[in-house]
Amino acid sequence: MISMEELKRSFKASVWFMFLTFPILVIKVNPIEKTVIWRWENMAFVGIGVFMLSILIRAFYIHRERLRSLTISKKRFGYIGDEPLVQFILREPKYLYPLAAATLLFALLFPSLFDTYQTNVMTTALMYVVLGLGLNIVVGVAGLLDLGYVAFYAVGAYSYALLNLHFDLGFWAILPMGALLAAMFGIVLGFPVLRLRGDYLAIVTLGFGEIIRLVLENWSEFSQGPSGISNIPRPGFFGMEMDLNSAIVYMYYLVVGLVIITIFVVNRLQDSRLGRAWIALREDEIACQAMGIDKTKTKLTAFALGATWAGIVGVIFAAKTTFINPASFTFLESAIILSIVVLGGMGSILGVIIGALILILLPEYLRALSEYRMLAFGAILVLMMVFRPQGIIANVRRSYQFKKSAKEGDA
Amino acid sequence: MAKQILNVTDLSMHFGGIRAVDQVDLDINEGEIVALIGPNGAGKTTFFNCLTGIYNPTQGDIKLYQEGKKEARLNGLKPNQVTEKGMARTFQNIRLFQKMTVLENVMIGRHCRTTSFIAGAIFRTRHNRREEREIIERSYSILEKVGLEKHVNDLASNLSYGAQRRLEIARALATDPFLLLLDEPAAGMNPQETKELDDLITKIRDDGLAILLIEHDMKLVMSISDRIFVMDYGKKIAQGTPQEIGDNPDVIKAYLGEAADA
Ligand SMILES: Nc1ncnc2c1ncn2[C@@H]1O[C@H](COP(=O)(O)OP(=O)(O)O)[C@@H](O)[C@H]1O
Ligand SMILES: [Mg+2]
Repeated sequence: MISMEELKRSFKASVWFMFLTFPILVIKVNPIEKTVIWRWENMAFVGIGVFMLSILIRAFYIHRERLRSLTISKKRFGYIGDEPLVQFILREPKYLYPLAAATLLFALLFPSLFDTYQTNVMTTALMYVVLGLGLNIVVGVAGLLDLGYVAFYAVGAYSYALLNLHFDLGFWAILPMGALLAAMFGIVLGFPVLRLRGDYLAIVTLGFGEIIRLVLENWSEFSQGPSGISNIPRPGFFGMEMDLNSAIVYMYYLVVGLVIITIFVVNRLQDSRLGRAWIALREDEIACQAMGIDKTKTKLTAFALGATWAGIVGVIFAAKTTFINPASFTFLESAIILSIVVLGGMGSILGVIIGALILILLPEYLRALSEYRMLAFGAILVLMMVFRPQGIIANVRRSYQFKKSAKEGDA
Repeated sequence: MAKQILNVTDLSMHFGGIRAVDQVDLDINEGEIVALIGPNGAGKTTFFNCLTGIYNPTQGDIKLYQEGKKEARLNGLKPNQVTEKGMARTFQNIRLFQKMTVLENVMIGRHCRTTSFIAGAIFRTRHNRREEREIIERSYSILEKVGLEKHVNDLASNLSYGAQRRLEIARALATDPFLLLLDEPAAGMNPQETKELDDLITKIRDDGLAILLIEHDMKLVMSISDRIFVMDYGKKIAQGTPQEIGDNPDVIKAYLGEAADA
């Protein structure tokens, strides 16, 4: 499927790369012993690596071209039944509701089917589901590439830890406060980046995320510095005393509840006047404004609502681990959450859920893999970008049914 | 004498040394179709961008007069504020929301005339459901008007070129404008589509809207417009009825001569 011509071009690319990386990767000068080490093996690695990658990319383009000509010929014959199975199920309440009910039943029975360790791992994964759905509002729906999402997670976690430490407030009192504080941070950090888009926005938000972490690390009087805050109480249940096991199970149900609420809210938001405005903003900022949408307000609500979920999960995270320090809120966290959104499918709720479960559970169960976790993340993302840019589950727009003349829309 | 609704005086837009628009005057009366013509690079699109808030003009005044409202100065307003005031536009290089459906594109146009927000989206009160239903019905009837009702649930990117142009008009109409600004709506259309566009524009005018039209298709311009303004190198070089413009030697030199080989 790849012609000789293509092979030649890949070969040329690899030769170029070998040449360009020669001074840094092959020659190594030791100024003290005044010797020069020639690392020819590196040159071989670069050459083979670039060659393979180049072939891979070419194969992808050929594949895509073929797909495209395929769909065109399908259209010509009036064939449109090429809807993916998942989308079909999502659209048909007949299949969707029983499936959702079965999933819910499984989720509710999970703690009795598996041991506490598994339950704890699942709780973590579900927390990432919520984080993913929150970031999905910002990145997937509104199209604002935010690399500092973890900052709002930290705001939530530290709200609980600090307000509890100083004012002895309980989990349930702080939960809404953490959400509100994170939303406020979302707006405050959103203001300066209103004019930025794409890479610029990504870099500045990344900076903000790091600033918050560095402040937490260095302002010891406020946050107790790198040593963190310990002995954070677990959430209470009408003042009942709980042993560790039941606390974990309780936490699990709490997070399941949160996931359900999140799905409900995010789904409704996406399918509303505000949600449409977000998507329009993502698609074309100028046209969006010209159609009468206030860009500032729309962007800030996206930042604020995205941050809200991070704040809520942050409070829960602090309560779950009972100990937090700034090291939990590094850029790595932001990267993981972003990977969840990209892998799952930007803008698709089901996609994000699946993405979170894969990315959090897989390394947990494949311990051997977890050493290479970052490597695997990178590889997965690159492969996704090349072969399936729309993510595991592509987002589909809602369709409306009309009888003869204008009638009520129907999902 | 018909009532004036838009009056532009002495409008200039400079980009560094370039005078893309240079001291242009223009006015539009109620229910009128006014055409703005001129060779490529004459500054027509830039003029539109100044009117609709995408650029803040270097100099000059843009004033809007509306029945029962105070006169409004549009200089320095944001594009969405201009749209709220009742001026809506289309784009020369189509700018639809590609990954949204045809209906959703039009629904976006209803945004500035509706109010649901976060709480409304989440709790879906009776008021919000009614508003949502109105948005859908209104958008659908606009699609019927422009002849796209068969494509409601198609993605905008899947429409044919001519249909995309009509969807841009539909989207602008959804904002309830009293003045519609069309930037080369017939560009890239075949004669049949151009004919349909001609009918559509006339129909919109008959609904009581005024239209400012940038167009290259001279046949369309001459047949449809009440008055024509001609720009060249940023300056207004002529204005008048189609008859007067057709006979104007300056215009023939600047525009028609060039259009022949364009
Ligand atoms: N943002 C800009 N910056 C610099 N020059 C511009 C800008 N926009 C338009 N121009 C210049 O203004 C002139 C008029 O362009 P335009 O309004 O697009 O012409 P028309 O729509 O009549 O074909 C052109 O010479 C163009 O290069
Ligand atoms: Mg133009």
